[in-house]
Amino acid sequence: MTQEDKKIEVKGSNLVRRNFFLRMLGIGTACAGTWVGSGNLIARAQSAETAAAAAPKIPDYDWNKHKWAFGVDATRCIGCLRCVEACKAENGVTQDAHHFRTWVERYVYLEGDERAHVDSQSDAQNIAASGSEKEFRFDNRYKDAKIEKAFFVPKLCNHCTHPACVQVCPTGATYQTKDGVVLIDHSYCIGCQYCVQACPYGVREFNHVLGVTDKCTWCYHRITKGLQPACVEVCPVEARVFGDRNDPQSPISAFLRNNRVSVLKPETGNAPNVFYVGIDKEVC
Amino acid sequence: MIGTMAQAAPYVGYVYPNETDIPWSVLIVIYPYITGLVAGAFIVSSLYHVFGMAQYKPVARFALLTAVSFMFFVPTPLLLHLGNPQRAFNAVLTPHWTSAMAAFSYVAGFYICLLLLEIWFAFRADIVALSKTTRGPLGTVYRLMTLGSDDVSPRALALDHKFATVLAMIGIPAAGGLHGYVGFLFGSVKAREWWSSDLMPIIFLLSAIVSGIGLLIVLYVVYSRIRKVPVDQDCMKGLARTMWAFLLVVLVIEGLELLEMFYKRLEGIDMVQRLIEGPIRYGMLIQWGGSLIVLALLTVLIVFRVEGKALVRGLVISGVGMMIAVLAMRWNVVIGGQELSKTMKGLLVYYPEILSHEGLVAVAIVFTCPFVVLWLITRFLSPWEPEPS
Repeated sequence: MTQEDKKIEVKGSNLVRRNFFLRMLGIGTACAGTWVGSGNLIARAQSAETAAAAAPKIPDYDWNKHKWAFGVDATRCIGCLRCVEACKAENGVTQDAHHFRTWVERYVYLEGDERAHVDSQSDAQNIAASGSEKEFRFDNRYKDAKIEKAFFVPKLCNHCTHPACVQVCPTGATYQTKDGVVLIDHSYCIGCQYCVQACPYGVREFNHVLGVTDKCTWCYHRITKGLQPACVEVCPVEARVFGDRNDPQSPISAFLRNNRVSVLKPETGNAPNVFYVGIDKEVC
Repeated sequence: MIGTMAQAAPYVGYVYPNETDIPWSVLIVIYPYITGLVAGAFIVSSLYHVFGMAQYKPVARFALLTAVSFMFFVPTPLLLHLGNPQRAFNAVLTPHWTSAMAAFSYVAGFYICLLLLEIWFAFRADIVALSKTTRGPLGTVYRLMTLGSDDVSPRALALDHKFATVLAMIGIPAAGGLHGYVGFLFGSVKAREWWSSDLMPIIFLLSAIVSGIGLLIVLYVVYSRIRKVPVDQDCMKGLARTMWAFLLVVLVIEGLELLEMFYKRLEGIDMVQRLIEGPIRYGMLIQWGGSLIVLALLTVLIVFRVEGKALVRGLVISGVGMMIAVLAMRWNVVIGGQELSKTMKGLLVYYPEILSHEGLVAVAIVFTCPFVVLWLITRFLSPWEPEPS
């Protein structure tokens, strides 16, 4: 790591920490709002759709000038799942254990085992441990086991360079922006779910209230205002890194420069733009 | 029902969290199934209209009406499945051409037009006759259907026959394209290990033809019973041979595909094996067991030159058997593909709903509609040759 990169990283992390409490406050408020409004999910979802349709044009944002990318340092992730909850609150994702824009997988190799035991926060035992499908945690099932190796892997939409989901969409409702983000026009999606089938990473989920497909947008509404995606913002260990590849000073550029990265399922030819450090051959 | 999720699919192993909400329900099982019946029925009519095989003449026109009756309902399961069916025309008006699905309305629309045109030419003489003998509103309908042409001279009829033949010739690749296309919809999804096969279009097409012939045999026998006329033996023998040939080829290709898959033993093959032994075991048993039994039965009927009532009974059993076996094949592909997790580390189990708009009752209604429409159409336009007095 060069001296310059260290400076960028420290600067970035200070900014993240400074904003963290402020953001948590904001997310807490958003959570409270969501909780209060959850009685009428349909009305809320419909108003979200209306709001999206009426969204003002973002001033001073030129999508030709950016190339967004995401990094995940799995060696840092502690499986606290703040990212999952922040994402749900920020984006109004269905509050149950079957719809996620991002999630975290736990890989555990017990002594003598050749294959990892894998689960995510959706696992029935983990849901039982949290006691809710709105708050998430990993249970302590390996408390007495002899663990050889264990790690967490955050997952989210890979915003692929050649997205299979965009290729199969019959209406063009899902599309790729110039800055490399794959989005869905909810007012044009017919809800056929062909894209759900086509995504090799299982990141697309169906919003049954609106009858449309939904997915991670890298918090497009935030990043186009200079903010970080909610999951990056709340990550207490900086396991998630986000930024503009066109900017050599950005955290993601430093991340890609200083690490040997890999992507998930490269054989699909989708060319993902989420880059991983510290994942194992078992990661699916 | 929009606004609710079907029961989350139970699973073993590790599956991605979103996968428990199975995207394509039993309605999407019935979609390629109905399309396949259309393709099969059409091929039989073409055997007479294009290849001049006179033994198929008794069912040639009936096969056309069967094809169009089922074709009308091909889009129904798709529409019922959509989250926003009112936006279905988005895919027609602004198709996104890199999507195989975007071509559906054009492929299906073209095929319906082709079928209707061919039916018009094949039935024109009847329509003209009916327009002259029928009174009341129905007579007006017949008169409108003549499109102002009531020339039934031998020269005009010969021209009709020529047009019908040309349309049938176009119809063969169109039917092949329609159903091969459905296979492509599945085969091109690289994210699904169980679907992603280059052989999918050809397997879909051949099995479609087999199921369509099966349907035609059953319907022809039932209609003959209702009309109290004997079943044409030559026609039945021909149908037996055609079904046998297509069935044999499809079984060989499907068998080779499985053999290759297990011989190559690519990563994830253990989970494929567990899928076959687990969630779709009964489906596979019905598909393969049913197909092999029908193949054996057809072989016996052909080799021992069985005739008369025994031939009819044997063929009806074969027809029903193939319709069930191919339905099971559709289930195994559509549902099986989604039960195999994209993680290749887990399996889900899909349980169809009963009463929702994507449930079994809806499927039963959708599948009953073509039979009702066919009945009505045959009342309106009889496809049967007049009995010699």
